[in-house]
Amino acid sequence: MTLEAVLLVAAALFCVGLYGALSQQVVVMVMMGLELMLNGVILAAGAFWWFRAPAPDGQVLLLIVIAAMTVEMAMGFAVATLLHRSRGSDMTDSATDLSG
Amino acid sequence: MTEPIVQVSPIWAILAPIAVLLFALAAAALNGALVAQSAGRPFRSGASAPLGQVARLLRQRRQVTVAADVLLWRIGAGGLVVVTFLKILVIPLGPWTLADLGVGVVWFNTMDVMIWALFWLIGWGANSAHALVGGYRFLSLAVSYELPLMFALIAPAVAAQSLRVGDVVAAQHDLWFVIWMPVAFVIFCGSVIAFSSWGPFATGAGRDIAGGFLVDVSGVDRLLILTGRYAVLTAGAAFAVPLFLGGGGGPLLPDWLWTIVKTALVLAAFVAIRHRVPTIRPDRFAEVAWIIVLPAALLQVLVVALIAVGG
Amino acid sequence: MLVDILFWGLAVVAVASGVTVFVVDSMARATYALAVSFIAVGIMLVMVGLEYIGIITILMMVMEMAIMAVYMVMYMGMNPALLPMDMTHSKRWSAVLATGTFVLLAAGILLIPWPARVGAPAVDLVTSLGEAIMGPKMLAMLTISPVLFATIIAGLVIANPRGRYDRWGDNLKRGTPNDPIRGGLGR
Repeated sequence: MTLEAVLLVAAALFCVGLYGALSQQVVVMVMMGLELMLNGVILAAGAFWWFRAPAPDGQVLLLIVIAAMTVEMAMGFAVATLLHRSRGSDMTDSATDLSG
Repeated sequence: MTEPIVQVSPIWAILAPIAVLLFALAAAALNGALVAQSAGRPFRSGASAPLGQVARLLRQRRQVTVAADVLLWRIGAGGLVVVTFLKILVIPLGPWTLADLGVGVVWFNTMDVMIWALFWLIGWGANSAHALVGGYRFLSLAVSYELPLMFALIAPAVAAQSLRVGDVVAAQHDLWFVIWMPVAFVIFCGSVIAFSSWGPFATGAGRDIAGGFLVDVSGVDRLLILTGRYAVLTAGAAFAVPLFLGGGGGPLLPDWLWTIVKTALVLAAFVAIRHRVPTIRPDRFAEVAWIIVLPAALLQVLVVALIAVGG
Repeated sequence: MLVDILFWGLAVVAVASGVTVFVVDSMARATYALAVSFIAVGIMLVMVGLEYIGIITILMMVMEMAIMAVYMVMYMGMNPALLPMDMTHSKRWSAVLATGTFVLLAAGILLIPWPARVGAPAVDLVTSLGEAIMGPKMLAMLTISPVLFATIIAGLVIANPRGRYDRWGDNLKRGTPNDPIRGGLGR
């Protein structure tokens, strides 16, 4: 269990999440992809903390990442609820008003 | 005087599930006896009801529903007992504990959050409307009790200045926590009853939705779920002892016997509450939980923190 | 040796369940596959010595997945027949981009000369974390608190279908609310 091994796993999780966030059409599935990406980030932060600098600052960073993930989830689901209520659809493709 | 908590070898881990299941059987027997008493029959005649239930359910053929999500259903049904066994790893019996975790209090909280997932999976797996409604009702109740439970668990940890269960027990050697943090104790007991989906908080399995998440389970699954409810109630009652009731402290008897006596008393109180308090509606309860119970829990933690820092 | 086997087993579980999230047709299975992935990462965090944070991750993520399952079923339907459905767009480009990112990150991980370890972990990690948050890193707490508060308020405002007029009726200056949906305190 070296730093490189844990980081590779974290990168794999990040890229699986990236694939999901880019390819999924439904808002909630895009959020699942984002969750996986943050999962990878948390694992990578934990690995860096243990293998390079086991100071309390790294743990604070982990807490901040977990809090940010929670906040993002809450707002994402609130927006998905509102989108569903006003448009009747849960696809990202029907929420492209600001693009182009 | 309580002895300090030591971690015993893992071989004793075989005894712990047996002890919990025996307690769960005793709780079920007490419940059966109280039901018999309220129906007019003599008290003792209902005490053997759980044994009859076990025999009946072990022989019963499984009921099959259309397009049921079998994998998730079985995970939900079997998971309650597994979660209980994971929970009791940190609960000390007198001076002995199976896992002397540095974050024992948080471990207990994590295991009872797994119950959220399990009751929902039980409701989802049957592919039945009433079952899903039962699962949703449990989740709406869970959202209300979870924050007060977390603060009620933090209060003894703040007073002991540690998250280790052994330190919480050691900090009660001159005064039990239940005496100077009663609000946290009441909230903890209410939350244990709530996460066991028992008594006043059993809308998820309510009779108005044909049994809720219990509607289509049968056979071994039903036995595992019903046993799991009693087992989780037992684990919660057992954790109240080191957290609020001084662990194994007390005159005359040895530590482990005091732990068993106190657990039995708390468990009997939990079982009896079902026959005294009516069922609480989750939507009405949400307002009470967020406006009264949560501020009370926060004030309790504030008082405890002031005493711990100042005194 | 045992640690390595456990670690690689957990790694396979985490990535495989992450892939499962986007492969299965049932929404409940996708959500709980993600929960399994988070539990695996939580256990890996415990293995690198972050006991408190690993267990907290498992706690929060299982709670989140239980609530998320409700939303998934709400928006994407029950699909009890488990019919295959493929709701993706630009699948090929996403796969190319994701694979490219992984190759880039892996090259970076394996080729960068990482510095040596500095310092040793504190004896009591939870105490040192608490002291860091309340002391030198107080700014983190000061920022997170209003952000969380704003999230609660904003989320409720966005998602709540009822407004002031549903609760108070036409006269907003009434003493007591005129709400057909009453709460538990009689308000």
